[in-house]
Amino acid sequence: MATPVRASLMITCLGDVFFPEVGVAMVRLLRRLGVEVDFPEGQTCCGMPLFNSGYHHDAAEVAARTVRLFERAEHVVVPSGSCAWMVKTEYPGLLRHAPALRAAAESLARRTYELSQFIVQVLGLGRVESSFVGKVTYHDSCHLLRGLGESASPRALLRSVPGVELVELPGADQCCGFGGSFSVRLPEVSSAILDKKLANVEATGARCLVACDAGCLMQMGGGLTRRGSAVKAVHLAQVLAGEADA
Amino acid sequence: MSDAALRTPFPERASAALKDGFLQEALTIATTKFIDLRRESFAGFPQGEALRDQARAIKEATLQRLDAHLDRLADNVERLGGVVHWATTAEEAREIVLRLARDRGVRMAVKSKSMATEEIDLNEALEHAGITPIETDLGEYIIQLAHEKPSHIIAPAIHKTKGQVAELFSRELRGQFPADPEVLTAVARQALREKFLQADMGITGANFAVADTGTVVLVTNEGNGRMVTSLPRIHVAIMGIEKVIPSMSDLVVFLAILARSATGQKLSSYTTLVRGPRRAGELEGPEEFHLVLLDNGRSRQIASTLREALYCLRCGACLNVCPVYRQIGGHAYGHTYPGPIGILLTAMLKGNESVRELAHASSLCGACKDVCPVRIDIPRMLIELREHLDRDKIAPWGERVVFRAFRRLLMSEPAFRLSARAGRLLQRPFVRGGRLRGLPLLFGRWTRTRDLPPVAARTFRERWKDLR
Repeated sequence: MATPVRASLMITCLGDVFFPEVGVAMVRLLRRLGVEVDFPEGQTCCGMPLFNSGYHHDAAEVAARTVRLFERAEHVVVPSGSCAWMVKTEYPGLLRHAPALRAAAESLARRTYELSQFIVQVLGLGRVESSFVGKVTYHDSCHLLRGLGESASPRALLRSVPGVELVELPGADQCCGFGGSFSVRLPEVSSAILDKKLANVEATGARCLVACDAGCLMQMGGGLTRRGSAVKAVHLAQVLAGEADA
Repeated sequence: MSDAALRTPFPERASAALKDGFLQEALTIATTKFIDLRRESFAGFPQGEALRDQARAIKEATLQRLDAHLDRLADNVERLGGVVHWATTAEEAREIVLRLARDRGVRMAVKSKSMATEEIDLNEALEHAGITPIETDLGEYIIQLAHEKPSHIIAPAIHKTKGQVAELFSRELRGQFPADPEVLTAVARQALREKFLQADMGITGANFAVADTGTVVLVTNEGNGRMVTSLPRIHVAIMGIEKVIPSMSDLVVFLAILARSATGQKLSSYTTLVRGPRRAGELEGPEEFHLVLLDNGRSRQIASTLREALYCLRCGACLNVCPVYRQIGGHAYGHTYPGPIGILLTAMLKGNESVRELAHASSLCGACKDVCPVRIDIPRMLIELREHLDRDKIAPWGERVVFRAFRRLLMSEPAFRLSARAGRLLQRPFVRGGRLRGLPLLFGRWTRTRDLPPVAARTFRERWKDLR
């Protein structure tokens, strides 16, 4: 038998603290797909909040720490497109002044995958079994869509689940208004953007709104429960693991 | 925007815009239409992507030898009988135009749409000197009547509904006009015809200026630009120095993508090429042609991190797709150039200090970069701008302290774990139905409109032990 694919989980700060059930679903899913999963315990956050707000020296320190933590990982799987983008596209530049670290960052960038991309690109799977049943719609997270150029993999995986009916979300590629610190720097603008998004979501008649980013899920989920909506915001891993109703 | 209006902090200006029902209606309709038109236009134009790359490369290369291209442009304009004026500052540019107008006894000037003249507040200067400026682009005419500023780079009156325009025209032009765009356009045309015939000076901007041939290029849709450049006896074109391009073959590249990006048109209705004043034997055209080359802070940015903003063609595509612009419109930004590119241009022209708040008026969603005809990486530049705000200590002191503390938290897993545990304790009074509501302080900015998930009873790292 071939050696199993090994992957280290980068849970992300939001995933660890606010959405542990997503991480759990992801671990179960990956194991079911034959992946050997481990969790480097010292991890905290990719540093994107620092980077996006312009605190680049600080972000570089966090990046260096993360690069070392995941130095030995065969693959790194991230449940958030934005954090994967941060590692893949920004770490090497942030660490450009330290050649050894930069090389390590470039290596990490090559080994890091957002979950749906990992399943499709590394595992080579186009379909996943899941007990999930129902109508869902999908929101393209900005960094996964425009940062990593990914829109097909999450949709393909969702469609592959026999019980899933995927309805396209009008304006799926438009921002949900989260934007990290933007959501509290300009809360009214952020919420106005969110309102438009959620009106579109509710019009689809889906029972679950699926996304691949903890930030978007926090924003859209927070808006949905606040308006007492019947639609539930869930992560792709939860649908694929059949744990979206947990 | 007036200095008084700018004293209102940006978040308050944005908040007022969100409550303006007319603005919301007008913005949604217009930006959605622009987005669809652009998308359709590029969908049927497979070579568009390569042309965008080419256009970017031309801009990049031209800026590296900007002085040489400008000299060549100036030589060629003068060879054709035009006069070239160099303006280092906005004030110098205004003075040049005022002096020309005064010396030649100009009482009225007709204008075609120009952001460069907005940038230098030319209309106010002309009025102050007793010269009447008349905007002849329909959108500009509307906002001139309303005593407002443009709120979009190519659609200056985008913030107005047709009902509002009908009211405005009825009041200002004395009549009873219905909210019918065709009728209103006819009314404006009628009023403007007289002005075209009275004016002694025509003032335009320039979309491009071709160095090799001395050609100033105007891309317009209403035909007014052509009349402004040909009817009055003097034509003054004012352009930012970054608008120069080397050759006519370069122009073809830009023309192929500019209108598509802006309005979804293959070409705009009029592409006007101006080469100097009327020559002997010609029946039309002005007696004098003047080209004002405006620096106003541009040249010092050529080597800066904001350099890419100098590639901007002023198509407005980034405004239409920007989730923030689509919510608050152009006026809330408070400067000549709104939207994501406007933040960069404002920083460039007025200094980083002036965008302390605006630098954060973006969720960094990247939609702007996607549609920019010359692929300006606006989100990256906004992030760089934010870095400079920290470096130069322009960012608020409190914020800088908070982010430094946050870094310390992220550098230590025990500290990170501890803070999760602290959060779990502190959140208790605010948990309602498994969600956090009514949080105090900074968190309240979130929970006023959205629920927050509570810190999990067991974080993932705590649950991992069971998963091993």
